[in-house]
Amino acid sequence: MSNVPSDLKYAKSHEWVRVAGDVATVGISDHAQHELTDIVFVELPSVGRKVKAGEACAVVESVKTASDIYSPVSGEITEVNKAAADDPALVNREPFAGGWFFKIKLSAPAELNSLLTPEAYQAQIGG
Amino acid sequence: MLKRTALFTTHQKLGGKLIEFGGWEMPVQYTSITDEHLAVRNAAGIFDISHMGEVTVSGAASTAFLNHVLTNDIRKLTPGLGQYTLMCNERGGVIDDLYAYCLSEGVYLLIINASRIEPDVAWLRARAAEFPKRDELRLTDASHNYAAVAVQGPRVKEFIADCIPGDSISAMRVARVTDLKKNEIGGFKCGHGSVLVSRTGYTGEDGFEIVGSDEAIIHIWEIILAKGQPFGIKPCGLGARDTLRTEVCYPLYGHELDESTTPIEAGVGFFVALDKGDFVGRAALAEQKANGVKKKCVAFKMTEKSAPPRPHYPIWAGGANVGEVVSGTQSPSLNNGIGMGYVPTEFAKAGTAIEIEIRGKRCAAVTVPKPIYKKS
Repeated sequence: MSNVPSDLKYAKSHEWVRVAGDVATVGISDHAQHELTDIVFVELPSVGRKVKAGEACAVVESVKTASDIYSPVSGEITEVNKAAADDPALVNREPFAGGWFFKIKLSAPAELNSLLTPEAYQAQIGG
Repeated sequence: MLKRTALFTTHQKLGGKLIEFGGWEMPVQYTSITDEHLAVRNAAGIFDISHMGEVTVSGAASTAFLNHVLTNDIRKLTPGLGQYTLMCNERGGVIDDLYAYCLSEGVYLLIINASRIEPDVAWLRARAAEFPKRDELRLTDASHNYAAVAVQGPRVKEFIADCIPGDSISAMRVARVTDLKKNEIGGFKCGHGSVLVSRTGYTGEDGFEIVGSDEAIIHIWEIILAKGQPFGIKPCGLGARDTLRTEVCYPLYGHELDESTTPIEAGVGFFVALDKGDFVGRAALAEQKANGVKKKCVAFKMTEKSAPPRPHYPIWAGGANVGEVVSGTQSPSLNNGIGMGYVPTEFAKAGTAIEIEIRGKRCAAVTVPKPIYKKS
């Protein structure tokens, strides 16, 4: 059964968001990494890029397929996780910790209210 | 409505992730493509290949007919022997690639691709209808009667005789199943029925393929998983089947092969016997063998860190888009992006620098000799 930490918000497309002040850290859920399995490549957005909520801005590739990662919130990319690009299996091992994707400075913090609660996300993945 | 094999509920019980393949609902993986792939390279794996088609051809004219519609020389097959061969149209384009086995004098079993059962059978029936000795020919699509598994990997020979004990009762006569040599096939008792076992596979490893009734194959799957467990066997899905065959450059219909591509272009000209007399496609293939081909299927490795190459990605060489990837993946054995694709012959020599365009970015690669992966 997939881990769904209770201190995070989730997108229907399986990204998670951790908010600290006006900066959100984004990654993919345990359920997503488990579905993908064998992650072999992570492509991250460039720092400074402005993205809208729901915009595809990163790519994760497993042996069998490539999947877009969508930013759950709008804002400007302030930092990307080079460790995940260097060692993509980190996303499989630590989806909620060392395997994060990028940090984003929120331009519309109210969007956070439309993200899924841990309970709602758990229900979506048949938890 | 997707078709399901006899092992469908087995896959569900084992937690297999099911996908559509050639009209069938098949497991792409159970745990991880990489783990399953490495199990086959290092120990053993079992695959459901029940979706493959089976056609039997018999009668006094069967040998002559098959030599007319297939590219390899079927007269080399004595009872108990099989060969890789291809079926081409008049232009030399590939209708399908297949294994032909001689079960007894004048009785042949063809194992064909799942996605090609209907076109193959239609093609065979049409060619049979115009064959002079059509009255001495019996052609049966037996695909619905058979299920099948492949058991592959270096340790399979250590336990397979415990799963299929005793001597063979038909085709190649051997005292035990492990006495079968590469490309040989024998019939063996299995439970209350019997199965056909060949020493063949699609992974580049030693192994066996087993064809039988639904009941026999469900039975043998359970036995092989149990007896193979101490040797590290894993159930394997189509994902690992694809990465394994890509590493050793075995063609897959719809990727390396199609009706507008010839065996010569695909690099399987070794299985075209021009010296056996006339056959469908011979003129076109002889012309290509004599004068060369314009495009060739090459193997390549990525030489810079990149996302894995995938089918349909553009291939660049000499500053131009010269072709397309037909198979591509991250090689679990080499931990490197690998693939095959078609390029103009001038770029086909091993060692040629090429680029694979991955989501708009050209990444460096080099053409390499086949197979890409060789056991050390």
